[in-house]
Amino acid sequence: MSDKLRACACQDFNRTELLRRGVAQAGKGLPAIEAGMPLPAGTGLSRRKFMLSSAGLLLSVYGAGRLLDPAALDAGIADAATTAGGKVLVSIYLQGGIDSMSVLCPVGDPLYTTYRQVLALPEGAGPVFTEDTQLQWHPLAAPLAQLHAEGKVSALPTIGYTDPMNQSHFTSRHYYEVGALDANLATGWLGRYLDAVGTPDNPLQGLCLDYSLQPSLATARVPVATIDLPTDYSFWAEGVYGTPQELMYGAFSSIGEVGARTGDPGMKQSGEAAIMSNTLRQQLLQFAPAPNAATPALPAGYPTAGDDFPARLAAVAKMLAAGLPINIVTVSTESVFDTHENQVASFTSGLGEAMQSIYAFQRDLEARGLADRVLTVVWSEFGRRPQENASAGTDHGAAGCGFVIGENAAGTMIGEWQGLAKGLDPLGNLTETADYRSLYCSVLEQWLGHDAAQIIPGASSLPRVTVVK
Amino acid sequence: MLGTASGRRRRGGRISDPGPLPVYHGRFGERQAERLLWRAGFGPRPGEAAALAKHGMRHAVLSLTRPSSQRLVGPAPVLQNGQPIEPFDVYGNDVLWWLDRMVRSRAQLVERMTLSWHDWFATSNAMVNSQRLMIDQNWTIRNRCLSSFPRMLTAITTDPAMQIYLTLSGSTKQDPNENYARELQELFTLGVDNGYTEDDVREQARALTGWTNTWDQATGQPVDFHFDRTLWDNGIKVIYGHRGRFDWRGSLKLVLDHPDHPKFFVTKLWSYFSAEPLSARDTKAAEYLYVSSGKQIRPLVEAMLMHPTFHAGHRMVKPPIVQLAGMLRGIGRYIDTDAWAWESGEIGQMPFYPPNVSGWDATQWLNTGTWLARFNLTAQMIGQQRALNPSTAKVKADPKRMTKQAIDFWGGPMISEPTKAALGDYARAAAIDSATETWERTAYPVLALNALRALVVVTPDYQTC
Repeated sequence: MSDKLRACACQDFNRTELLRRGVAQAGKGLPAIEAGMPLPAGTGLSRRKFMLSSAGLLLSVYGAGRLLDPAALDAGIADAATTAGGKVLVSIYLQGGIDSMSVLCPVGDPLYTTYRQVLALPEGAGPVFTEDTQLQWHPLAAPLAQLHAEGKVSALPTIGYTDPMNQSHFTSRHYYEVGALDANLATGWLGRYLDAVGTPDNPLQGLCLDYSLQPSLATARVPVATIDLPTDYSFWAEGVYGTPQELMYGAFSSIGEVGARTGDPGMKQSGEAAIMSNTLRQQLLQFAPAPNAATPALPAGYPTAGDDFPARLAAVAKMLAAGLPINIVTVSTESVFDTHENQVASFTSGLGEAMQSIYAFQRDLEARGLADRVLTVVWSEFGRRPQENASAGTDHGAAGCGFVIGENAAGTMIGEWQGLAKGLDPLGNLTETADYRSLYCSVLEQWLGHDAAQIIPGASSLPRVTVVK
Repeated sequence: MLGTASGRRRRGGRISDPGPLPVYHGRFGERQAERLLWRAGFGPRPGEAAALAKHGMRHAVLSLTRPSSQRLVGPAPVLQNGQPIEPFDVYGNDVLWWLDRMVRSRAQLVERMTLSWHDWFATSNAMVNSQRLMIDQNWTIRNRCLSSFPRMLTAITTDPAMQIYLTLSGSTKQDPNENYARELQELFTLGVDNGYTEDDVREQARALTGWTNTWDQATGQPVDFHFDRTLWDNGIKVIYGHRGRFDWRGSLKLVLDHPDHPKFFVTKLWSYFSAEPLSARDTKAAEYLYVSSGKQIRPLVEAMLMHPTFHAGHRMVKPPIVQLAGMLRGIGRYIDTDAWAWESGEIGQMPFYPPNVSGWDATQWLNTGTWLARFNLTAQMIGQQRALNPSTAKVKADPKRMTKQAIDFWGGPMISEPTKAALGDYARAAAIDSATETWERTAYPVLALNALRALVVVTPDYQTC
């Protein structure tokens, strides 16, 4: 086993910023590898960036190309901000298919150690899950157990969907992102919600904290935005300054327009990127932060080592506190939980950061008086197979775990732990006791106050679960 | 579910000959030669497109697919301190090592195909954590890049970096790991949900068991990747309806013989060369060529590079690393700094570090983030040595002439008249209209020419081919 441990210590994800960026882009929905295959939801949406000085954050706005007039976006954000204060839904994606049986460990299940000879945690290693004492939180999930004890967490020990079962990361994630078992749906479930209730001029209504748009936020009608982190966005040309430099930026647009006007899709894509880049530059002029301003430290409680995930959650709280008109937020962990091999090392570091960050985010919201406005849903594309593999890892499974977190979360388990004796499908994977689309419908109706039938295909035949107190 | 038994019977027949793929007969001038050199290589050196055009389309294509030399031409790669690169040992130097080949190799298509296969069989050193194994894999795919797909698939399946990346090594009879079996079908040979079931994934995983490796006690590095029969599941498997005691070779044969494989193969290969899909009829013709040639790669690539849509179809956004290498070729610069390794990540394509097992998403090359990075890359590329100094340089304030000078700086790429007009408008505004003071009338044309050089390579004309 020591050889195997060495094999997996290789997941060295943090050597440079560049490398982290590469990892952050993993799994952007279905790969486009075959003619006729669906593109990831959101593909083709254009993007522009600008800086919001009130929160010190750099935005990328996604929408239908030139329909996005930057002046209108400004005004739209300002207008919407005057009435900000509504409910917010935060979606947190645990990348890679997290092993639910290592988050809520079924230590009281008689078959647990049979399936998990290497990976089983001993009884008493973590807090007991009080709603079903067969289950025990992973020790590093203790922060979530604390929130659960305060009645702020609804756990879904086996969330998923039934046939056609698909264990591809890309396809299963796509299903979760679009809110339907439909490989051809090009808009995300949260994007469709914003298309129904959103405005054409406020991109902050749907905010993704990542390098690129998370497909669940892909809209057909209204703009949405992404930010990575407070960053500089500046153009630099060697040996150019003064008036020729000022005029050069305008040339971005004029050369871009040549491309955008052609009927050629490649020229158009390049031309529009040039135009959007100059639009952003103009936005920066009014929002640019003071030069050399120090990056503010994270509020207490957020992990400071590791990747950008905690800083992104902290940015959400900060932006909400700044009164920005945000309705839907999506964030992904940078940790990847695709633990085929030597699960313990990679899983624990990722889980520890994720749980501590989510806890700190909740406390941050509470400290800022925002907790009653925010509901957080935590999900992953699937759980992993109960039977561990010989590499001290786990392969792709079916049902997995999810959580609904917040002051207004119902705080009671959704679905149940059926036990390994009877809760497995013929392929040896966990059977779901709650459908993820049921969760979506319930969140839409009970939290966002919107008829799910408009958003989730087949909503009328899906049972509802209780997500809100 | 796709790939049912009845579906296979229906589609399992021999492909009838739909006739050859059509051949481009239009004009083959500098413009067409330039596209060929960007799509089948890393862009022309100055004058190369015009010279190639003189030989005609067919000869031009064959000069790429059957290169007479694989020599590297030009100075060997060094770091900014003048020291040689250390591709196996220093982070980022692996990228420099390959970028150097892209810039200097006379066998441009070989390097370009190697890049396409790296995307096809995407393997990331973020997981493999051995630049040596990654470079070994790079040679493995380079040496087979125009051979046959069965040879390529056999080599990549047994490749140590791939075996680490998709955890094939260590997959045993007792515990088959499905990772490789899944991607083999989903990404390498058939396509997502195309002609196989979850059962096939499991059964293929069983067939693919038996690979293992040991560990060098001194270095901790994985070594001695090999097939161990005792770790192989020798039981009966049922794959695509076929029963047998398949092993890894049987697994590959089954997937290569799968009736849905040829279409996936030719469609994916074509996507590296063209932004527009092949027609249904031409896809059939390409499938026929592929199958009837014994799944050879070179004949298919030659037919694709001679196809009318390749030459007359829409333009493609240049992949970031291709544009980076081509800019260096255009100005006659070589690997003389490790900045290129970091810049490759900023512009969105760091070789040896694809974002995931499905490779890079070529529909997403350009957005405001990567556009910014491409622009700022230009400053790095021009550098202080190449930038014109307003206190010493003299530039005539002539918009047309300045535009031509800026284009010629990059080796004279083809730029459309409307784009030249937009560049000229900038030159007039910056060098003439804004210059009122005496010093401005001397300095602004110089500053404006520096800016024009940076603008040329972010024009839609230059960013596409």
